[in-house]
Amino acid sequence: MNDWIERQRHLLDFTLTSLARRKTKNIGLLVVFALLVFVLASVSLYTQALRSEAVRVLEQSPEIVVQRLVAGRHDLIPPDYLEGIGRLRGVRSIETRLWGYYYDPVLKANYTLMVPRTRTIEQGEIVVGPALEHTRGLGTNTGISLRAYSGELHTFLVTDVLPHETELMSADLVLMNEGDFRRFFNFPDGHYTDIVLSVANPREVRNIGLKLMEMLPDARPILREEVLRTYNSIYAWREGLLLALLSASILAFGILAWEKSTGLSADERREIGILKAIGWETGDVIRMKFWEGFVIAFSAFLFGYVLAYVHVFYLRFFLFEPVLKGWAVLYPRFALTPQIDAMQLITLFIFTVVPYVAAVLVPIWRAATTDPDTVMRS
Amino acid sequence: MFFQPTIIALLLVAMLNAAMLAVASPYAWQLIRQWDIGSGSDRQLRLERLTYFFSTLLVFVCLLQIASTLLFVFNADHMHTMFVGAMCAIGTLNVNQWGFPALYLQLALFFMAALWLALNALDNRARDYPLVRVKYGALLVLAPVAFASLVVQLLYFGNLEADVITSCCGSMFSEESESVAATLAAIEPGPAMVLFYSVLLPTIFVSAWHWRSTGFSRLRAGAVGLASALAFLVSIAAVVAFVSLYIYEHPNHHCPFCILQPEFGYQGYLIYIPLFAAAAFGMASGLLAPFNRFSSLATLAPTASRRLAGQAAVGYALVVAVCTLMVLKSNLILLD
Amino acid sequence: MLELIAIRKAFNQGKPNEFWALDGIDLEIPQKGVTVLRGPSGSGKTTLLTILGCLARPTEGRVRLHGELISGLPERFLTEIRRKTFGFVFQQFNLIRGLSAIENIILPSYPTGERRSVLLERGEALLEKLRLSHRRDNAVEWLSGGEQQRVAICRALINSPQILIADEPTANLDTRLAREFLTILKLLADEGRTVVMTSHDPVVADSEVVDRVISLRDGRIVPDLAQVFAQAFG
Ligand SMILES: Nc1ncnc2c1ncn2[C@@H]1O[C@H](COP(=O)(O)OP(=O)(O)OP(=O)(O)O)[C@@H](O)[C@H]1O
Ligand SMILES: [Mg+2]
Repeated sequence: MNDWIERQRHLLDFTLTSLARRKTKNIGLLVVFALLVFVLASVSLYTQALRSEAVRVLEQSPEIVVQRLVAGRHDLIPPDYLEGIGRLRGVRSIETRLWGYYYDPVLKANYTLMVPRTRTIEQGEIVVGPALEHTRGLGTNTGISLRAYSGELHTFLVTDVLPHETELMSADLVLMNEGDFRRFFNFPDGHYTDIVLSVANPREVRNIGLKLMEMLPDARPILREEVLRTYNSIYAWREGLLLALLSASILAFGILAWEKSTGLSADERREIGILKAIGWETGDVIRMKFWEGFVIAFSAFLFGYVLAYVHVFYLRFFLFEPVLKGWAVLYPRFALTPQIDAMQLITLFIFTVVPYVAAVLVPIWRAATTDPDTVMRS
Repeated sequence: MFFQPTIIALLLVAMLNAAMLAVASPYAWQLIRQWDIGSGSDRQLRLERLTYFFSTLLVFVCLLQIASTLLFVFNADHMHTMFVGAMCAIGTLNVNQWGFPALYLQLALFFMAALWLALNALDNRARDYPLVRVKYGALLVLAPVAFASLVVQLLYFGNLEADVITSCCGSMFSEESESVAATLAAIEPGPAMVLFYSVLLPTIFVSAWHWRSTGFSRLRAGAVGLASALAFLVSIAAVVAFVSLYIYEHPNHHCPFCILQPEFGYQGYLIYIPLFAAAAFGMASGLLAPFNRFSSLATLAPTASRRLAGQAAVGYALVVAVCTLMVLKSNLILLD
Repeated sequence: MLELIAIRKAFNQGKPNEFWALDGIDLEIPQKGVTVLRGPSGSGKTTLLTILGCLARPTEGRVRLHGELISGLPERFLTEIRRKTFGFVFQQFNLIRGLSAIENIILPSYPTGERRSVLLERGEALLEKLRLSHRRDNAVEWLSGGEQQRVAICRALINSPQILIADEPTANLDTRLAREFLTILKLLADEGRTVVMTSHDPVVADSEVVDRVISLRDGRIVPDLAQVFAQAFG
């Protein structure tokens, strides 16, 4: 066992000096490899962080949202609509919600105007999301005038800005008083946008959804788990597509071509011949080459991954942001929560290191099995 | 559902394994037919060089299988949110009938590659390579398994569509279900514990005995091999039937995969790493013993078999220790 | 001690350009002494050395070392024997560029798994013996030809082999250095080592260090004239 460790140490030793002796070639390979890991890891870390951000926010939202459909379109909830639901078993609470979209011609962006359930806001005052704070320069105690769809101008005083953590969902939010909301949108009294139900036992959610559909045929219950599911599959799908395209093209043309074209230099072949002649076994040479590949792959992976981590979580993904985002003008500038996930690491590893190893397997074997007597004939 | 990064990665590995083994198979066949250790001909020299390629390849396949099996389970756990009713990895694997077969094939390929490497390591120590034909015959079996693993994974992931109603841990292990997993969970924790200790302790004993004894008996080595395989299955059953309950501290949560998750402190690795290692070592110990009938392996095979049995004994002892510890330190009370 | 029986070696076997470089060699190398292989270019001297030194396997015939048959062994075991029993000095020295003298010297011992400090100690002792200690950490490509050869000899001796194999060791040296090489050779022979080498150099063949000269032609051993006479008229 000790012999074994000592032997591996010798081989690693030799490998390191051998890498150092061929600096330019190896640094080139390292850079290409690390760059590849960087690109893939950036995309992967970014989409994953976005997804878990969304999931985190959604998890605080109610289990069921009920909308009413008229002619297949979302319509207001009339005043007596609620009565039947109260008797459903397993429903912990029922609340009505008031919210709507407002298009701001100044910024050419949509805001979400909403009457909060948990905090009271005085008439004439509003609370805004962080994105509005940046883009319209709003702060506490600044005023803002919004032209309603009716043409009237309404003036509000900003009394607070929402915290930054939940920016993905609340960035474009404007919270206001119920009276202001109804006046601003000309929203009929007693009507609501939708209803939210919270359910005590998560396993009941589906049943309650089904019962709701029976009782109110024109209702559309939206389950939180369904939204989550959709989010998950959308993000995973995007990430998968991107990774597949990127890795397929970059890998094929990057590393494979590189390794193939350079291959093993005559110098390296001669060196392997010498090692074999003076008493190294084919297995020793393969192990030495394995260490070489390991050192390159591992350092490239580590280097690329750390760079990607910094890029995504500290530099706000600035290199690729324009490609992946652009869903809304008011896209949040939120800081993603740093996270590392074993599954993602292994996936990235398989996309980068495994093809590399597979590509060098045969060349290494070929080199390692050169005849030891070739050195006698140079 | 193919366009998930992890699924693509899994399929990539499966394709790579199948392709590498498929390309290698004709060469293995050539080795079987033309190997002639006494000859100094160019052809024999070429074949000998080829053997180095095969050992390197199989090490690679074995490592890939470890990574891929882990990833497969992680992925199943991760994706459960996409399926209605799936509460964890089990639910995802049950979305269609290919989930569990895919997992079993992954494990099979891992064990086969590991056993092949044990055989190879033994053969490489004998000066006349007596097992060349056995080895490469066995290798020919590996390619179809790798291929089957690829096909079943393709079927599994291809038929995976979000929103299909699946069973979750709870319903999967409910008593009326007939799957193997349900039968395992249906074993009462009490009898399961009795079974666990009454199989594992004798396994440890016979392995340690084989390891320490001066005489060599093929029968005993065979017993080590069989007992190790049995102990592996019983240990998995024990994890499902009672160890998991104690880890989750929940009387109905039987999932053998959730214990790998950070929520449960990755405790599963403490069980599974020694368990898989011990199973591979123990089975290899039994596998190598009969080859002592070759004169050049007359002492090498017993030595290797004994050492492997020793490693298996240590591994299973760890499994028993870890499981016992987890039961003891748990706050759940199932039995008095 | 090292015994060759009916050795034949083919290159490109089974192809149109098949060539038998050795064609029936019977030879015994005794435990002690310096043996020189001589013969015209292309006569198979180097090929014979590779077979003697377990660098290559004969196509036909048998090789015995200390009575043990080693010609049929797979490369894995042949390498082990080579590492323990043989040291090599090549015509081009074949040192690894970029490594220091001492690192080159201990290279053959890496696969044995001995501790590095032990290896370094042994290497330094050898350098001392060949009066090269001051070049310990110099990169080998900057050493002079004679120094390179002495490093190569140290490397050949690091595993304390019984047999030293040298192919044209003096071809790249001038007369003075060739004589110096012979002094070292004497030192080794006196220690009880076996030396087998090829050489064109009359300085070597005529030296009193050499115990035996074997002549090759077209892959066969040419009988010694004195011996032929003795057989014909004796
Ligand atoms: N790998 C090879 N393939 C084909 N022919 C070879 C090979 N190696 C050597 N030969 C041939 O075998 C013959 C003997 O070669 P060898 O190197 O043993 O000669 P030598 O006596 O050492 O000659 P020199 O004095 O020039 O070094 C030569 O004709 C050479 O061309
Ligand atoms: Mg020559």
